[in-house]
Amino acid sequence: MKESERDFNKEKESLAKPIREIVVPGDLLDSGRLKPGDGTYVSDGKIYASQLGIKSIKSNFVNVIPLGGPYIPSPGDTVIGKIVDIGPSNWLVDINSPYPAPLHVTEVPWKVEFGDTARYLNVGDTILAKVLLVDETKRVQVTMKEQGLRKLQGGQVIDISHSKVPRVIGKGGSMIQMIKSLTNCRIFVGQNGRIWLDGDIENIVYAIRAIKMIEEGAQTLRLTERVKEYLESMVRSGMNGKQQ
Amino acid sequence: MEAIRLIDENGLRVDGRKVDELRPIRIEAGVLKRADGSAYVEWGKNKVIAAVYGPRECHPRHLQDPSKALVQCRYNMIAFSVMERKRPGPDRRSVEISKIIAEALEYVIFTEYFPRTSIDIYIEILQANAGTRCAGLTAASVALADAGVPMKDLVPAVAVGKVDNQVVLDLSKEEDNHGQADLPMAIIPRTGEVLLMQMDGHMTIEEFNKAIDLGYKACEKIYQLQKDALRRRYAVEEIEAFEEGQHAQSTMEE
Repeated sequence: MKESERDFNKEKESLAKPIREIVVPGDLLDSGRLKPGDGTYVSDGKIYASQLGIKSIKSNFVNVIPLGGPYIPSPGDTVIGKIVDIGPSNWLVDINSPYPAPLHVTEVPWKVEFGDTARYLNVGDTILAKVLLVDETKRVQVTMKEQGLRKLQGGQVIDISHSKVPRVIGKGGSMIQMIKSLTNCRIFVGQNGRIWLDGDIENIVYAIRAIKMIEEGAQTLRLTERVKEYLESMVRSGMNGKQQ
Repeated sequence: MEAIRLIDENGLRVDGRKVDELRPIRIEAGVLKRADGSAYVEWGKNKVIAAVYGPRECHPRHLQDPSKALVQCRYNMIAFSVMERKRPGPDRRSVEISKIIAEALEYVIFTEYFPRTSIDIYIEILQANAGTRCAGLTAASVALADAGVPMKDLVPAVAVGKVDNQVVLDLSKEEDNHGQADLPMAIIPRTGEVLLMQMDGHMTIEEFNKAIDLGYKACEKIYQLQKDALRRRYAVEEIEAFEEGQHAQSTMEE
């Protein structure tokens, strides 16, 4: 890597570096100045953490970025689902959350006859879908009627914690773009923490290792650089092996 | 009255503690890989492991509540946890303890965030030496936080009691068996609300008030240990990863 480039990256990361304070449920976050955000609750006019996570302050809101917990679907999320059951006019999709998500025949891009659902999607198939709606009792509906949403053929799916998804994607997609271009893999990242990869088997292994690295070190510094270094070295050594 | 003297002339107890002294407590969060959250507690000679699964789809379906999550708990003493082999399986006592722990924790968890799900807590007593329900509850609340379950606060618990006509903190096995009263309690430290309180034996009102005071003070200490355990789990990772990163950088420059 060029020296100037590295300096630039370092500078950028130090500027973007948030305060990484770990809070536990019941910790006082703020007493009146800010507004309560995600992972917080208000009692006697004071804001407390309700979850184990990292404290972050963004435009007058105190948030707790969770370190774990289940994926709770919200409308508009792109998710990777697995078909777990078939009905005459719908499929049941597992979207890695406590709630099962039905996919109705009117929400797929094909014209499906009543009772003919298994011809299009079968149990065990993987799909790229979008969360259509979620009501108060967390009844979920998903759709495939949008561009880019489809059945995922081949490839493999790995699971990571959904709270680490933003780090895997990176700022403006920088991290995932880097992994894609260095490993030559096709990758889809679902908001539910599922990642689908397809490509050369060796490269998939490198990509998975890189993603695991991001998951484990999500709250650490200089992550993008480290992942890049790792992938570059792996891909280079892999190519040398082939030439021999 | 008593054949055994539990407090000597220096005011020290059988295991050498003062009347207001806790047994040594060690808490570790995130000890099980396959559970969503877990914790291990060593409290004197007590050894307790707690695991949390969920919020997950609630089975059987008829137990689902469309307005909130169900908190289910199983407190279990392993056959080798006591001197005489305990017959495995739930008995009157463990069913009762499971119920009170589930109810104590249900009050601090924001169950309304996860309608139609269940949050399952498993508490296994590996070794018992009096005060296992308190150790179990302490472990369970750390495990819940580790699982990322939103809750109002952590829940520390401790037992207070009366031994040789004196109010003492955190009864040991001998004191529990030969003492005059045993009072386990769990609180929300921030508000002082009581989540669990049981008593067997007899105490006067003055003794009771003194016992409660002792209990509150001890809970504060346990609360601190719980927080430290959770912070340590993630702080260590952070430092390690950071040092690793620095190492990688220095090897690259060589």
